[in-house]
Amino acid sequence: MVKRYGPVTAIDGLTLTARRGEVTAILGPNGAGKTTAIEVCEGYRAADSGTVRVLGLDPARDAAALRPRVGVMLQAGGIPPAVPAGEYLRTLSRFHKKPHDTAWLLDIVGLSGSAKIPYKRLSGGQQQRLSLAAAVLGRPELVFLDEPTAGMDPQARHATWDLVTALKGDGVGVILTTHFMDEAERLADHVIIIDHGRAVADGAPGKLTGSAGQLRFRAVAGLDIESLLAALPADSAAKESPAGHYLIEVPSGVIEPALLAAVTAWCADRGVLPSSLQIESRTLEDVFLELTGRELRS
Amino acid sequence: MTGAASLNQAPTTGRFAPEPGAAPLRRMVAAQSAFETRQLLRNGEQLTLTLIIPLLLLAAFSLEPLISFGGGYTRIDFLTPGVIALAVMSTAFTSQAIATGFERRYGVLKRLGATPLSRAGLIAAKTLTVIGVELLQAVIIVIVAAALGWSPDAAPAAIVVVPLLILLGTAAFSGFALLLAGTLRAEATLAAANLIYVVLLGVGGVVFSLDKFPVGARSFLQALPTGALSTGLRDVLANGVAFPVRDVVTLAVWAVISITLAARYFRWE
Repeated sequence: MVKRYGPVTAIDGLTLTARRGEVTAILGPNGAGKTTAIEVCEGYRAADSGTVRVLGLDPARDAAALRPRVGVMLQAGGIPPAVPAGEYLRTLSRFHKKPHDTAWLLDIVGLSGSAKIPYKRLSGGQQQRLSLAAAVLGRPELVFLDEPTAGMDPQARHATWDLVTALKGDGVGVILTTHFMDEAERLADHVIIIDHGRAVADGAPGKLTGSAGQLRFRAVAGLDIESLLAALPADSAAKESPAGHYLIEVPSGVIEPALLAAVTAWCADRGVLPSSLQIESRTLEDVFLELTGRELRS
Repeated sequence: MTGAASLNQAPTTGRFAPEPGAAPLRRMVAAQSAFETRQLLRNGEQLTLTLIIPLLLLAAFSLEPLISFGGGYTRIDFLTPGVIALAVMSTAFTSQAIATGFERRYGVLKRLGATPLSRAGLIAAKTLTVIGVELLQAVIIVIVAAALGWSPDAAPAAIVVVPLLILLGTAAFSGFALLLAGTLRAEATLAAANLIYVVLLGVGGVVFSLDKFPVGARSFLQALPTGALSTGLRDVLANGVAFPVRDVVTLAVWAVISITLAARYFRWE
């Protein structure tokens, strides 16, 4: 799809497929076109060109048939400020044939003690959770969540992840946008990384990150990378970026104990104490950095 | 209260199996209308506008000889039709414009667009809300007016013509309310709707007779929706006129114009 706002091309030839019953994460920095892409799928705006099908329907033309089957959580707002949380959900529940019990749903999102509190007096995270509850209220087949955990505290984020996992377990498809890599890595069956309105990577999180092992450590800046490489197994790669942050990668995949010993011995020879030494696999953040040359959350 | 401290149950698989479907349209419209009515009755400024100001005007101007109405009316017989017209304007125009403007600003209309309630259903709910509030206003105004000695001089046809005038006025005002709310920012809508309300309260034949204005101005003011509604209601309720043709036609024309413009220019986001 392509979507322009005046001279600005928000979506520049994006193609994405989300399979039924899977969690699909659209990952990208602010301004990458995540919200525009999801709002085209929700039927809020028409793409300038391209074809969009949601559950086999055209979101613009078949809106009446599609709306009852899809749950939507907007990035912000959408709820009248003076209305108590419980009353809002009860009203929305009257729009659905077989809605969830609203008291139960409030409990599930941790708002049962806030049912009588007006929306405007809820915390940002509580407002998000009410909006999330509204999205799943009508037992939808597919849920769109636009940055569902933005502004949530860690516990609320975990509760939201549990809910997404439960939805997936029951065969509900979830399409969410996020700029948190850990969220995408943890939840998604399928990740689409977008930047400047284009997909720059598309696949299962494990496939995108690959299995390459990494060893990172911090030390004084300006250590001699050439001599470090000479001390390591032949297929290793090493770099310092940014200054004082060292990264050693083994494309074959595994960081062997001998490699760790070689690194620490090399440091000891130079009287250098490495700190924050970590052995891990590549993250989506690394993938994004590699593809775009930029940090995801810049 | 934040986060897990208030989580009593973990969301677990087995409760979320898809079973989607829209409720019958009537139930959706009734739910939305009840929701909007409760919001309106909870909102102090809206209540002031729709109930307190009309009742204060009715009481103050009928009890105190602040102005002379002339034309052989008692004060309350002159005032009651004008105050009913004001009440209709305050609900269908001012209050609705402000409420809808802020709904648009807060993304409420956008979010409703993702529910099974269609736009036509939402318009129907808003219409029901306005008519419900107007009925409440009418009952209260009639009771207070009766207590103040109101004795209408009306032909039997008034039982049909008064609701007709009010419905046409409501349609005309609602169209303008949605036109304002759907094109201007919420704050601009608030300011414009209140300003128009105050001006038409003064020159709409509500408490000051249009007969006091020069002839040219009078024709112009009676051609405005508020002037047509107050004059029409006064003709029917105080002068025994069976059918005020000119005012009915005026209101019908305004209704067509305002609703056409609103349908054309209203922006949901």
